[in-house]
Amino acid sequence: MKTHQFEVVVVGAGGAGLMAGLYASKTARTAVISKLYPTRSHTGAAQGGVGAALGNYEEDHPEWHTYDTVKGSDYLGDQDAIEFMCNEAIPAVYELEHMGLPFDRTPEGRISQRPFGGHTNNATGKPVRRACHAADRTGHMILQTLYQQCLKNKVNFFDEFQVLDLLVNNGAAVGVVAVELATGELHIFHAKAIIFATGGHGRIWEITSNAYAYTGDGPAIALRRGLPLEDMEFFQFHPTGIYKLGILITEGVRGEGGVLINGKGERFMPKYAPTVKDLASRDVISRAIYLEIREGRGVNGSNYIYLDTRPEVVNKYAAIDGRTNLDGSPVKVTAEQLLHKLPDIIDFNRVYLGIDPMTQPMPIQPTAHYTMGGIPTNMYGEALKDETGAVMPGLYAAGEVACVSVHGANRLGTNSLLDIIVFGKHAGLRAAEYAKGADFQPLPSDGLDFTNQQLDGLRNGSGKENVLTIGNEMKKVMFDDVGVFRTEEGMTAALAKVRELKERFKQVRVTDTGKIFNTDLLNTWEMGNLLELAEVVAVSALNRQESRGGHAREDFSKRDDANWLKHTFIWMENGKPVIKYKPVTITKFQPKERVY
Amino acid sequence: MQVTMKIFRFNPEKDTKFHYETYTLEAEPTDRVLDVLERIKGYEDGTLAFRRSCAHGVCGSDAMRINGRNYLACKSLVKDFGANITVEPILGLRVIKDLIVDMNPFFENYKKILPYFITESPIPEDGRERLQSQEDRERFDDTTKCILCAACTTSCPSFWASDDYFGPAAIVNAHRFIFDTRDEAASERLEILAETSGVARCHTTYNCTVACPREIQITKAIGEVKMAMVTGKV
Repeated sequence: MKTHQFEVVVVGAGGAGLMAGLYASKTARTAVISKLYPTRSHTGAAQGGVGAALGNYEEDHPEWHTYDTVKGSDYLGDQDAIEFMCNEAIPAVYELEHMGLPFDRTPEGRISQRPFGGHTNNATGKPVRRACHAADRTGHMILQTLYQQCLKNKVNFFDEFQVLDLLVNNGAAVGVVAVELATGELHIFHAKAIIFATGGHGRIWEITSNAYAYTGDGPAIALRRGLPLEDMEFFQFHPTGIYKLGILITEGVRGEGGVLINGKGERFMPKYAPTVKDLASRDVISRAIYLEIREGRGVNGSNYIYLDTRPEVVNKYAAIDGRTNLDGSPVKVTAEQLLHKLPDIIDFNRVYLGIDPMTQPMPIQPTAHYTMGGIPTNMYGEALKDETGAVMPGLYAAGEVACVSVHGANRLGTNSLLDIIVFGKHAGLRAAEYAKGADFQPLPSDGLDFTNQQLDGLRNGSGKENVLTIGNEMKKVMFDDVGVFRTEEGMTAALAKVRELKERFKQVRVTDTGKIFNTDLLNTWEMGNLLELAEVVAVSALNRQESRGGHAREDFSKRDDANWLKHTFIWMENGKPVIKYKPVTITKFQPKERVY
Repeated sequence: MQVTMKIFRFNPEKDTKFHYETYTLEAEPTDRVLDVLERIKGYEDGTLAFRRSCAHGVCGSDAMRINGRNYLACKSLVKDFGANITVEPILGLRVIKDLIVDMNPFFENYKKILPYFITESPIPEDGRERLQSQEDRERFDDTTKCILCAACTTSCPSFWASDDYFGPAAIVNAHRFIFDTRDEAASERLEILAETSGVARCHTTYNCTVACPREIQITKAIGEVKMAMVTGKV
């Protein structure tokens, strides 16, 4: 066992972790630990853009961005944090450009922007160009740029080290335990401040856009160490995943004029969102697709519909909608322009479906995409230990793992890339500042015990159960019954099933007994994380008897502000869930009905 | 369809030399090679080791040799390889275990070409973005696509033959900055690439261009770097 000491330790090297590492290491001795090489992180899969009211094409204001985000969150987002994020968006995007990020350009040479779901001109209600983009690989460019800046600034990386536990002493976070994949050796990182930036947990669901690595390691570790998680019932199902595979097709396709078409050849979104139509918020569109399919209007009676971005179709509906260019001329696109703006989307279709989106529509279905809930934090990235907002000393969280909450019940597209750069930076700054004023607290004497206990459990099961089978059963029941639409009956059954799977998981035995790159052991440990979190998601979802944003209940189909305008905090105490509530911060925008 | 997959196996804790193991299983023609590997690991042999993450060709984790050529396993469909598929680690980097190779030399080469934005000029006074024309942005668009998967570098005979050649991926990333009008360190990078371990080692065998899962025109990019070196102009 090796022990390292750093003032700040960042866990995870996606956009939030790299930004935190970059800022923390300006003043504090910092290490960034990641189970993947940093450039493998899931930030790199983000496509469409990062939201900021630069107004490079047309009038826009951070206040409009703030309102759109509050509305998009179905009023569950904390408005002080949302306002902070949307104001910070503008300098944050300029900062990325100053770091060399190759944004696409306007004819004047400024950062190019495209429309995205739920982002509007607040005066007219029409879509506004707010998503700053680099083709359809904006996340890739952010990840690369931040990693490059970390290299330039000589940030300390521990690549392919997977964190398995958080060490707590006298009520403060004092370190983490990590396994070095190449040797199997356990390391303790002793720290004054620890920033979790471990991403989401979309691998709970069968159809997902999420990477294999998205196994909720951070929140599962926090939960086991007695910390609460917030708003876990809120998970985003992105409307346009590639049929069966779940691979994301960016909202940018609709931003560029693509439309959703049902099995009868009808464009159906105007029925559900008369003003912004195919650019409504993601939760609204995912539900619309489910309803179309349920009413028999899937393609060929199946459970998918089309996303159509053939130029003639785009132009037809652009004319019907009266869409115009900035000079007032009608929108008319060519295949060449679309190819240039959406190269990866076209490539995915060609590779996985054998389809050319310029001549054929894409078969799509909603796909599990984004974790709105997570480790509760305030707007400085400080992790909260309870519903009163009390801070857990030494612990920070940023990015998808965190629940600030700026996304509330439903995140707007482009706000995840924004979240990671704004809150990654501020968590890094705050953690470094804390570390400067704090002493190292002693490590607990039993540092490795809990980790070894967990790993031994996985090595010593009876071997009667198979981890992949358990995982597949979890993914299916969660997708079917704790997915886009939910009922008491379905969720009760799903929760019972997940609890049964947790029991069966104890019978799993890892077959690889080696130390070097024992991915068998670590993948199995990750499945344990997903099972823990699936239970917490299902309990939180059953508990919330209303529909709001991404949490749509058929038995409680309306939003209920009188009883449910509040955040869920959930703990696991001796294997039993405990739920408490935290009020939503409302500053400027009183909740009202959400219409697109 | 039934697929027979022959996989390179090496366990450093047990084996003194590598061997192949063969697995026969049912697969859909549209399954990714990665899907088949996952099923083998899940149901036949948990000790099989390989890297993967995004599973759709953007994270760069799972470059491997499939039927003798470099691909990403997640971007390769069974139907394109047929019923007999051989999977091996990429060449030129030390095998650690099964399909996992030591990527450190690859990343060290990448770091040598100063793979980050360098400029002395101050940011615009208004604090906003540096201006760049659409044409100037287009010049290096192709090389911004690189995901550092190493499929190109480990397909290159010059890389196999020498310990110190930077390899195509490093040059691609140098290109991304050399041809960015906002960057001001082109001459430093060209000087680095003029070393014996630099672009002179490229003999335009095109393996890299063929191997690139992002379809970057790598040989063309290397050619542009060579030209810049000769003319002193970018």
